[in-house]
Amino acid sequence: MSGRWTWFNVSSVVLGFAFLYIPIILLVIYSFNESRLVTVWAGFSTRWYVEMFNNQGLMDAAWVTIRVALVSATVATVLGTLAALALVRYTRFTGRTLFTGMVYAPLVMPEVITGLSLLLLFVSINMDRGFWTVTLAHITFSLCFVAVVVQSRLVSFDMSLEEAAQDLGCTPFEAFWKVTLPVIFPAVLSGWMLAFTLSLDDLVIASFTSGPGATTLPMKIYSQVRLGVTPEINAVCTILIGLVAIGVITATLVTKQRVVADARARQADPA
Amino acid sequence: MNLFRRLTILVPYLWLLALFLLPFLIVFRISLSEPVLAMPPYAPQFDIGEGWAALRESLSQLSFANYVWLTEDALYRNAYFSSLRIALVSTFLTLLIGFPLAYGMARASEGLRPILLMLVILPFWTSFLIRVYAWIGILKPEGLLNQFLMSFGLIGEPLTILNTDTAVYIGIVYSYLPFMVLPIYATLEKMDYSLIEAAQDLGCTALGAFWKVTARLALPGVLAGCLLVFIPAVGEFVIPDLLGGSDTLMIGKTLWTEFFNNRDWPVASAVAIILLILLVVPIVLFQNAQARAQESGS
Repeated sequence: MSGRWTWFNVSSVVLGFAFLYIPIILLVIYSFNESRLVTVWAGFSTRWYVEMFNNQGLMDAAWVTIRVALVSATVATVLGTLAALALVRYTRFTGRTLFTGMVYAPLVMPEVITGLSLLLLFVSINMDRGFWTVTLAHITFSLCFVAVVVQSRLVSFDMSLEEAAQDLGCTPFEAFWKVTLPVIFPAVLSGWMLAFTLSLDDLVIASFTSGPGATTLPMKIYSQVRLGVTPEINAVCTILIGLVAIGVITATLVTKQRVVADARARQADPA
Repeated sequence: MNLFRRLTILVPYLWLLALFLLPFLIVFRISLSEPVLAMPPYAPQFDIGEGWAALRESLSQLSFANYVWLTEDALYRNAYFSSLRIALVSTFLTLLIGFPLAYGMARASEGLRPILLMLVILPFWTSFLIRVYAWIGILKPEGLLNQFLMSFGLIGEPLTILNTDTAVYIGIVYSYLPFMVLPIYATLEKMDYSLIEAAQDLGCTALGAFWKVTARLALPGVLAGCLLVFIPAVGEFVIPDLLGGSDTLMIGKTLWTEFFNNRDWPVASAVAIILLILLVVPIVLFQNAQARAQESGS
């Protein structure tokens, strides 16, 4: 009985999406504004994009952010996939309850607490704050998100495939590498993307754990926003929004193609 | 057990013990210390090298003084209450906007649904900071909303919205709307709508059928959505800091100020521990709800 659109349904969907998208659209439009005043329209211009690329501080911060995001997303994906395997495969090991708790807790933990606790750890072991402390912090919270994404795919994975591979002489690692990993790969990939964007977006945890010379882009944006709204920041935000939108839409289309291809393959081979 | 299996469990386990559990113990320990002007700015310090007697000596210096102070000081008490109040009101407002949206999406045609779903998820991938920042330009006294309303003659003079609690509500509702919509949509999509017809055939009004059937069936999704909004909203920092005024008290902001501006690490740690205790009940509820959802799903 789906597909029944009443006036109420249509208007709540339209209003809901208007609420979600109008602020972002306005932000993008005003990044092309000639005037320095963000709220007064004075004609189309790309001068803020030029200024943004000439702003060395901003570019340095962007470079730090990308490096942190690449390293932390990759390590978090490896650790998160292992954690998901441990949660789904091994229902009995010492301290499993604690392990499950530690995987889920960071998902709902206020960022200020995660940031503060990691900083106090780094201080108490005398670790210099900078690139690596931010990266370690980001790995820790995003590995939990990766674990949840991969876990949801692993639950429906047919274990007998891996058992068959082991019967045919594979070691458990080979069986995982050659059989399981290719099957769960889309989930691993979306886990990586999630970890990458989480790291790219994070302000609070980075502010606590960062040190001199490792200012990330959100920290830079935040310190400028506190001084007031500038069209240059609108331009930075527009580029970030554009990159994320392209990434998410590509990922959706790729998974859709895979699903269609899988369905076709199954139709061609009914066994 | 072979090596690969051992590593599968051990590597993430040790990582989380070292970088998740251990930091918490340190926070708890420092919350019992006194602030001093030094680096690191708290005392007593622990130094295993100084031997057992020195360790016992510093243990005896620990005290719950920070906690006593936090419960007696009106500023902190108000910050906790006002965080809970702002989070509760925003959660309710998010439900008010999110439920009709999720309902409308679930009743859309099957071809349209994946697109609508992607449109809800897309803002979630964009930076939180950017989405909050977008509202500053809209809500400012000379901002776009006031310009819009005044050009239609709806208001005579600009409304003051930015730097008030209203702006914080708008920011939280806007940022967390996808968290509310997704779980509600998931329950409504699976619902069998012939139940509504049956209820109406049996004499229910449309509204009565909605209340007795749809609302009941959507309840797990509503509960999950509310917790997903409420829990992070309590500890929120960016939204009250950028949209709220100087009199908007929220505990995340208090912790930040205590740490970065006052450099009082022990009090910041104690604030964190109390915030965590406040959140334990909803977090446990959330975990139970998730465990139940997983059981019924598999």
